[in-house]
Amino acid sequence: MSKFIESEKLVIELENKINELKEISEKNNIDFSHEIYILSRKVNAIKKQIYENLSPWQIVNIARHQDRPTSLDYIEILIEDFMELHGDRYFGDDGAIIGGIGWFEGIPVTIIGHQKGRNTKENIKRNFGMPNPEGYRKALRLMKQAEKFNRPVITFIDTPGAYCGLGAEERGQGEAIALNLMEMSRLKTPIISIIIGEGGSGGALALGVGDRIGMLENSIYSVISPEGLASILWKDAKKAEEGAKVMKLTAKDLLAFGVIDKLIREPLGGAHKDKYLTARNIKKYISQEIKSLMELEAEELINKRYEKFRSIF
Amino acid sequence: MLKDFFTKKKYATIPVQGKPDREDLLKAKEVENVNKLVNTSYDKIKDSRIEPRKIIEDIIDQGTFIEFDIDLESSNPLDFPDYKAKLAKAKEVSMEKEGVISGEGDINGQRAVICIMNPSFMMGSMGTVVGEKITRAIEKAIEKELPIIIFSASGGARMQEGILSLMQMAKTSAALARLDESGLLYISVLTDPTTGGVTASFAMLGDIILAEPGALIGFAGPRVIEQTIRQKLPEGFQRAEFLLEKGFIDKIVKREDMKETLSSILRLHSKGGGVHE
Repeated sequence: MSKFIESEKLVIELENKINELKEISEKNNIDFSHEIYILSRKVNAIKKQIYENLSPWQIVNIARHQDRPTSLDYIEILIEDFMELHGDRYFGDDGAIIGGIGWFEGIPVTIIGHQKGRNTKENIKRNFGMPNPEGYRKALRLMKQAEKFNRPVITFIDTPGAYCGLGAEERGQGEAIALNLMEMSRLKTPIISIIIGEGGSGGALALGVGDRIGMLENSIYSVISPEGLASILWKDAKKAEEGAKVMKLTAKDLLAFGVIDKLIREPLGGAHKDKYLTARNIKKYISQEIKSLMELEAEELINKRYEKFRSIF
Repeated sequence: MLKDFFTKKKYATIPVQGKPDREDLLKAKEVENVNKLVNTSYDKIKDSRIEPRKIIEDIIDQGTFIEFDIDLESSNPLDFPDYKAKLAKAKEVSMEKEGVISGEGDINGQRAVICIMNPSFMMGSMGTVVGEKITRAIEKAIEKELPIIIFSASGGARMQEGILSLMQMAKTSAALARLDESGLLYISVLTDPTTGGVTASFAMLGDIILAEPGALIGFAGPRVIEQTIRQKLPEGFQRAEFLLEKGFIDKIVKREDMKETLSSILRLHSKGGGVHE
């Protein structure tokens, strides 16, 4: 990891140097274009080298990066006139899951996503993206609403996992997730799920029973966290790096298993390097899939969704 | 005084010496009450974890059980280190090929599909084979228009099969949605322990959910919760009685009453309501 950080530092240094040169050349009207060209090539070569052969553990770290764009970042870019809708109508409004309605390329859609905070204060409100049962129940309410009005559903997955607290258990975390799985499997309107960061176990899957599942290339999706795996298997959470290696949690792995349909590219270094570019790639995928899904009769749509999950054995 | 028993001792013993005076009697009564509480909670539960073959013997009418998918065995789809050895050990310990037995049989003459998870096969964890056997059993119930009963006992999804285990939650739940659409009955029976991915999928989706007394039932395991909230959990948390109080199960049923209870639920559902006729 330290070697990785060192290389990243070098990249940042070089990039700063390039910017300096650009400024100087603009201010003083001196032509540095050759120098800039050489430096840029060098930076790109280093970037390629470090980012194209990331280890699973490095990917885990990018997926959890503090600056990684969240559901709201993508919603702001991709959805026109987004209106957030709140509450599960039973208990409360869960900040760890956001949902609402808006327009995607002229199509009315329902959008639901796990929401992490972008700083500590936000993270307290968002419970670090770990939903309580009312979050899942809100999600289900919005999905049923989408079904009623025949709107496709887009979900963004980004959670360390469903919250493991006292209240969550009292209010039926297991039941809430289970019901989402069952109801999503028979929702009469298309569902497109995108894993944008961490896909933490059942808490992620509860928004993930989609007709199409896309996954950003530096995201992870797994049955348990690498730390959890290491602490159960080897009684040592610090062996998480090794855990990440054996558990096959990267987009590449999941594509090979047929668990996801599409690996969505990120800019070199991760989505946070250019959220607009990342959002464009997400948009391209959704746009490519949504119309053909909308043309299917509900019965065919549901049957195909069933087969998609049925065939994982 | 009552409090003392809870904090200090798990089992209180009653001294029986000579003729008890009034105070002793009162104390004995108190101890008895505490014992009742302590015993339904929870240390002895481990000894009473289900054994699938025994459950079949207890519940299914003799000679009527037909087992499904006897030969399905797990491979090692992730090439997970040591998994093969663990599977071999589990087979040896449990004398079964995987963590669930599925089949159909009669309960007091009424046909039903039944699945019973095996807590002594890798903690009853759900990998691809467990998910597949349960899904096939649900599909068989739909095909034959039979009710289905699933006895859960599981630590959750099986880590060694990674994401493929997780997907079994979606697969089994989707199959139950189809069963539901067919108007067929699903009785879920929760036994000790039912946690993790099993709780968060088919175990909690029963039309009727029964549980054995004292069974640990939850999404997160108690240790994980204690680590998260950094405090000890209250006595009885996540036990069947607690879930009943919170409204997540329908009824607590002792094992010796299970056959009759299942039988009477099945009987009531064997005739459709007037509206549908």
